Amino acid sequence: MTFSPALEERFAKLLKSYPPGRQRSALVPMLLYAQDEVGSITDELIDEIATRIGITALQVTEVMSYYSMLHRTPMGKYHVQVCTNISCLLHDGDKLYEHACRKLGIGHKEVTADGQISLEEVECMGACSWAPAIQVNYDFHHKVTPEQLDGIIDGLRKKQ
Amino acid sequence: MLFNEPSPLETRVLTRRFGTPDSASIDTYLKDDGYQAFLKASKMKPEEIIEEVKTSNLRGRGGAGFPTGMKWSFVPRTSPKPKYIVVNGDESEPGTCKDRVLIENDPHQLIEGVLIAGLAVDAHAGYIYIRGEYRYLIEVMEKAIAEAYEKGWLGKNIQGTGFDFDLYAHSGAGAYECGEESALLESLEGKRGIPRIRPPFPAVVGAFQCPTVLNNVETFFAVPSIIRDGGAAFAALGVPKAGGTKMTCLTGHVNRPGVYELKLGFPVKQMIEEVGGGIWKGRKLKAFIPGGSSCPVLTAEEVEGATMDYDSMAGRKTMLGSGGVIIIDDHTCMVKAALRIMRFYAHESCGWCIPCREGTTWLRKILTRFHAGDGTRQDINLVGDIAKNMLGRTFCPLGDAAAMPTISIVEKFRHEFEDHLNGKPCPYEQQGSLVGV
Repeated sequence: MTFSPALEERFAKLLKSYPPGRQRSALVPMLLYAQDEVGSITDELIDEIATRIGITALQVTEVMSYYSMLHRTPMGKYHVQVCTNISCLLHDGDKLYEHACRKLGIGHKEVTADGQISLEEVECMGACSWAPAIQVNYDFHHKVTPEQLDGIIDGLRKKQ
Repeated sequence: MLFNEPSPLETRVLTRRFGTPDSASIDTYLKDDGYQAFLKASKMKPEEIIEEVKTSNLRGRGGAGFPTGMKWSFVPRTSPKPKYIVVNGDESEPGTCKDRVLIENDPHQLIEGVLIAGLAVDAHAGYIYIRGEYRYLIEVMEKAIAEAYEKGWLGKNIQGTGFDFDLYAHSGAGAYECGEESALLESLEGKRGIPRIRPPFPAVVGAFQCPTVLNNVETFFAVPSIIRDGGAAFAALGVPKAGGTKMTCLTGHVNRPGVYELKLGFPVKQMIEEVGGGIWKGRKLKAFIPGGSSCPVLTAEEVEGATMDYDSMAGRKTMLGSGGVIIIDDHTCMVKAALRIMRFYAHESCGWCIPCREGTTWLRKILTRFHAGDGTRQDINLVGDIAKNMLGRTFCPLGDAAAMPTISIVEKFRHEFEDHLNGKPCPYEQQGSLVGV
């Protein structure tokens, strides 16, 4: 399996970042960075990373299933994550999430028919003082109103 | 960048450089006396550094509040094993968004704090563990680390001191539990973040089975100023037994939510009224959570006379915690709040300890039913009983974190549970259902 030169460079750096014999430490960041490029954690990706680190595919699968950001099925090109945890809830984050469901016509961890946009109700993302917050992929948006959410989603549709 | 206006009531120690143009760059950091505390520390004996940190009364800022100098002194400095410094930047406690602001605005201050810890315990490598959602901070940190190598503040023989240190940024991938130190260390080793049984504590057996200093981002941020201005000066900013300032995240129903640096011992009422601009929409305070959703909830009456420090909060049977203050107005349904908090802990429980795995799941189910109007009178006691049976019965504090707010809400807002016994959805709001339950 081949990756982009930038990702290969990142992998090489990661594998050198830990003490000798401790290359397994690179596993979680490698999976996350690879998922960003490949779209999801595929069987092929699991085998590839297992080989590079020198552990079994089963060990990789065991670890990946623990982390909520790692997923086996592809999300959309734009993954819209709406926080409804307590500080966002107090600023109607739950209603914002319901609004996003209606706007996109999809629910939790679902992808639009064209595969472009996916939605997830997420736990606290560390934007509590600027609630309600959402992330589109890794980009934060703070104090989001339903109207602003519409604008963000319309903007993503245009970018396709 | 800053996401909220600063307050004139802040005491700027950790955030002293906030607002400086390009504050994250090494050039501006060096111009503002950056890395001078490291040079000063490099001329001190390790015991003197630890003594200075002890004098400062700095306590761990991640939530537990353990004295930092004492934690460092537990590291067996003469052990033949390598020692490591690990920075906990897994900030995931609901209500908490301070480490994000610190790293984004002044990453070199974190590097300097780590270097000083390295001098104190004879460590020569460190890892900054940052939650996966904070991807942009990994980039901020990697850029800062590269700058520091380039200018000779990391690497071999730093600035001719003879001290070597390598530093790496490490990304998590979504797991609240990895904020717990032993789970974080497992995660750093490429495993599931299942907590380790202790003792041994990380100071003796930590990262890669070697002695390790593991502290929160904010704790390391305090170290350069302690060395620069002296531990006594830092101690004087706070209260007896807890020195310095606390990064405080005001969240929820205040007019000016935001992250503010306040002296330890800051009066809660003044913080809500003057820093936060008071409760929004002219409403009244109903409930107050001092430091993240795992802390027991205080009522408006209990907040009278309270100050933001460890002892004041312990005296009210809650905790200062992480600094994630959650302010709840009198229009809020506390059953709904309890349910949302429990949904989070049920989602994050790793399943290793049965009382946590089963307890959080059952509490989520019962509270969901209750909030929908299908609860029974016996359920109210059942919620309290299940939560109490989780306390102290798990490897890591996640079980306690789920139990403590629940017990306090049932005890202090029992009448709100009783108000849900009329067979109808939540009486406190028109839209009674919680999404996704």
